[in-house]
Amino acid sequence: MINPSPQIEQGSSLWLDAWIKLRKNKLALFGFAILLFLIVVSLLTPWIAPYSYEEQNLMLGATAPSANHWLGTDIFGRDMLTRIMYGGRVSLMVGFVATAVALVIGILWGSIAGFVGGRVDAVMMRIVDIMYALPFMIFIVLLMVVFGRNILLLFVAIGAVEWLTMARIVRGQVMSLRKQEFVEAAYSMGLSRWAIIRRHIIPNTLGPVIVYTTLTIPSVMLLEAFLSFLGLGIQPPQSSWGLLINYGVETMEEYPWLLIFPGITLSLTLFALNFLGDGLRDALDPRASKD
Amino acid sequence: MALLDVKNLSISFYTRHGVTKAVDKVSFSVDSGETLAIVGESGSGKSVTCYSLLDLLPRPPAVIERGSANFDGVDLYHCSNQQMQQFRGNDIAMIFQDPMTSLNPFLTIGEQLIEPLIYHSDKSQRLTRSKAKQEAIALLDEVGIIDPVARFNSYPHEFSGGMRQRVMIAMALITKPRLLICDEPTTALDVTIQAQILKLIKQLQKNRDVAVIFISHDLAVVAGIADKVLVMCDGKTEEQNTTQEVFQNSTNSYTKALLSAIPNGPKTSKSLAKKGSPLLEVEQVKTYFTDFSNTSDKVVKAVDNVSLSLQKGEIFGLVGESGSGKSTLGRSILQLAPLTSGTVRFSGTELSALHPNELMPWRRKLQMIFQDPYASLNPRMTVYQTLAEPLLYHDLANKKTVAKQVEQLMDDVGLARSSVLKYPHEFSGGQRQRIAIGRAIATEPEFIVADEPVSALDVTIQAQILDLILDLVKQRDLTMLFISHDLSVVRSICDRVAVMHHGRLVEEAATETLWANPKMDYTRNLLSAIPTSNLG
Amino acid sequence: MLRFIFSRLLQAIPVLLVVISVTFLLIHSAPGGPFSDEKAVPPEVARALEAQYNLDQPLWQQYTSYLTDVLQGDFGPSFKYSGRTVNELIAAGLPVTAELALYAMLVALIIGISAGIFAAIRPNTMQDYIPMSAAMLGICMPSFLLGPILILVFGIQLEWLPISGWGDIPGDKILPAITLGTGYAAYIARLSRGGMLEVLSQDYIRTARAKGLSERLIIFKHALRGGLIPVIAFLGPAFAGLLGGSFVVETIFQIPGLGRFYVTSAFNRDYTMILGMTIFFAGLIIVFNLLSDLIALWLNPKLRHQARGGQQ
Repeated sequence: MINPSPQIEQGSSLWLDAWIKLRKNKLALFGFAILLFLIVVSLLTPWIAPYSYEEQNLMLGATAPSANHWLGTDIFGRDMLTRIMYGGRVSLMVGFVATAVALVIGILWGSIAGFVGGRVDAVMMRIVDIMYALPFMIFIVLLMVVFGRNILLLFVAIGAVEWLTMARIVRGQVMSLRKQEFVEAAYSMGLSRWAIIRRHIIPNTLGPVIVYTTLTIPSVMLLEAFLSFLGLGIQPPQSSWGLLINYGVETMEEYPWLLIFPGITLSLTLFALNFLGDGLRDALDPRASKD
Repeated sequence: MALLDVKNLSISFYTRHGVTKAVDKVSFSVDSGETLAIVGESGSGKSVTCYSLLDLLPRPPAVIERGSANFDGVDLYHCSNQQMQQFRGNDIAMIFQDPMTSLNPFLTIGEQLIEPLIYHSDKSQRLTRSKAKQEAIALLDEVGIIDPVARFNSYPHEFSGGMRQRVMIAMALITKPRLLICDEPTTALDVTIQAQILKLIKQLQKNRDVAVIFISHDLAVVAGIADKVLVMCDGKTEEQNTTQEVFQNSTNSYTKALLSAIPNGPKTSKSLAKKGSPLLEVEQVKTYFTDFSNTSDKVVKAVDNVSLSLQKGEIFGLVGESGSGKSTLGRSILQLAPLTSGTVRFSGTELSALHPNELMPWRRKLQMIFQDPYASLNPRMTVYQTLAEPLLYHDLANKKTVAKQVEQLMDDVGLARSSVLKYPHEFSGGQRQRIAIGRAIATEPEFIVADEPVSALDVTIQAQILDLILDLVKQRDLTMLFISHDLSVVRSICDRVAVMHHGRLVEEAATETLWANPKMDYTRNLLSAIPTSNLG
Repeated sequence: MLRFIFSRLLQAIPVLLVVISVTFLLIHSAPGGPFSDEKAVPPEVARALEAQYNLDQPLWQQYTSYLTDVLQGDFGPSFKYSGRTVNELIAAGLPVTAELALYAMLVALIIGISAGIFAAIRPNTMQDYIPMSAAMLGICMPSFLLGPILILVFGIQLEWLPISGWGDIPGDKILPAITLGTGYAAYIARLSRGGMLEVLSQDYIRTARAKGLSERLIIFKHALRGGLIPVIAFLGPAFAGLLGGSFVVETIFQIPGLGRFYVTSAFNRDYTMILGMTIFFAGLIIVFNLLSDLIALWLNPKLRHQARGGQQ
């Protein structure tokens, strides 16, 4: 890069514009803050959790929220706050890892289809269409039943469902970019394929990918919670918010807080992530950035 | 008193970026049987002015700050919603620019035509469906739709662009309006269709004695149709006078600049074509596409057996209407679209026979300038990055000299050096096209394909860019294939011209020979359809 | 149009084959047989059981014979509900699930579309923010959380509505339908808002306005068709989701539908039952995707034209 001399005006990139726009969106910022808070708490849980995760206190039993146990205790006398914190570690991890799986498969598949185009693209997208028509929820249930509850399998299974939309988005983006005149200009300049991908395609696909990733995380977390609720996801002694809700439902008539607190935590997290995703979409949407 | 009398109109847009004054103290009037043309470049406020009359501006952000529009004694800006609906349905009609998007694709054109009649806001004036259908069919016939009875039940996509605009006109006239507002009604159409539509509007106006407001960016189009002209720039009135006065005796500097920017007449500079063997030879090129989306794999013959050759230093014009295959031919020559058969030879080397890797070093010598200055620049790269990329990539500069060379390029294409770190969206259309041209000449090419390089630009900017192109061709000893739908532009800068139609070359000749003595009917039609600003 | 349906049905054949094969292989690669839980079973009895269910034959033979049965519409006997075939069990559960899905869909469509249109008419005002925030809440409140909360509030605290059963007590269908429909209502609201906003910004809406049509006519006649296309496209996958969602709702409200069967047979390792129901669900989803595509086609004259093989 050259050294910008003082009289040279600094440009404002689309990323900067997007950030300025996002900063004005209170809900998205709130979502971002909640997400950061959750990540920090999850990372620090083993050190900051008020009680130990497994320690039971059968004498105590289920108690309503109190000064000692802010969110109450479950029927084994275990501190709910601690359990929700540990559960959050699992839920968030599933959310991030499975999304990463979906991201990798989806981007690879979609970009190859979009780049090569023609018949290869037609066949690859046909496969995606066919897989869309498969009853995936049922397959995941089947997988869990057949191979037992295994967290690794859960990542793969959820990732395998969620990559389809990502592949479609990336492919659509690449296809439209390929037709863009600036990419054609790069070709006519004699740039190699790889240089075009690296310099012209990837930076312009990033926006939608970021948006969709942000929106995939909550839907993955929801799927995990759903499976755990059915008793097919995370296995005790590990815990997740879905599993906690499952336990909560069993005893909700007597001890409603065992349902309410994990429920609120899950909903709030999904809320935050969705608002962040919506905000990012508004900020990164090229159509909106023209005004 | 005139039918419509607009006084002191000011309209502003309130966005979070601030307040923009779109229309500033504009007054005009138009009477029955009269045509007022409002002319201006993009952003002049001409469309905003007219949309405000029918309350079609999105409010917010638009605010009508001041002014009145007296239509038949009622102020359009201070009437009730109900009255406005009455005006829209009865007295004032509008024709829009793009007939493709202005008709509802989900409803038959017949249904769209009769709607204002059968759902009239005044219940007593509602017609029965069959009565309305009769009127609609008669009107479709009048605007030149063949077999109107059958076409009544067709959907918009079953019509061609020109026919759609005829339907649009019928739709505007069905309520027998007294004022017809036409917003660039021919801008989206090919030149021959444009001539037909203009004729139709003129004729209908005569038959029906309506007042017409005709909005256009193109003074040449206006010359043949308007009685008086209002020239707008940046929301302000530059000039208002009879058409005769505006075109012949204007004293306004902006109007004069507009008029002189219209390409008019033959090329003024001498041809720089050199004798000897041609630089570029295209022989029997065919470019076919297969449409994969359809199960039937339909083959589209975009370019069908085209041969031509260009001498070094020559500017060769390629004209044709939309879909004629002229852009595909340009891309085929640059090996950006794969040839189905035929050869492309560049200074003796057969480009079409080279492996993609062998082609790389050649690409530097053949460059392209694109039509859309918005799409042809990577939105995430600064001007510096855009211009430095080809220099560094082809070792035309090293890390030390590149900054200097980029600055030199910016000077060459007339951009301020200080904006080198800005991104494309921070520039105007004309400036962007300058960046794109800078990128094309960065590799020091010998041959450039310019694909409609000025069609997206306002006429004054267009003239500047054309000057720049001519300059660069001369200074850098370039050879150019200049693709355009605009025959006047082609005439003003090209040495030789070829006319393309349905993928084939119809005719090829030296520019002035073609203009003076077109051999084929198709060429004759094209040439006679060019709107001209010469009155009478 | 017939050609379109025919080609789609033709495409469904490989899909179904994949579903059948994958499911079949998954089940047979599972560690332990269906009767391995019953440790008390003597070897000879186990062998007899295996022979009864053809489990002693080579895998490919089991596969082909199963395939032939399925082609004849026979999913075989249930492993766990002895004496009953999978067909009988599906036939028993289907009406209940179908009814539940129908009510939920009605809830989703009525609430979702009206909220979406309502919000799109005045974007970025309170009329937009309130229904859309509610929609976001609906998306973030999964059925397995919403169901228990509704039970807690309306069933246990207020004692307004029954909390379990299906068709036993009047009103016992309300809570399940709402629980299942809410999430979809929220999605549909967002989709129809987006679709309507997109359409309302089109040039042809401006044309309609310039013609002097009333706002009501513009929204319901000119905008709605185009605006609802995203919703229609969503209906196929939504139906698949409703079936999946019915697992939870049927479990929570103790409704004797297919979903609950599926979950129980999954836990019971009732393999023929799982296999049969998976194929059945896949078939249903294919049919519903086709239906939603057909509706979209019917709504869009341009596509309709192409599907007829017409040329422009």
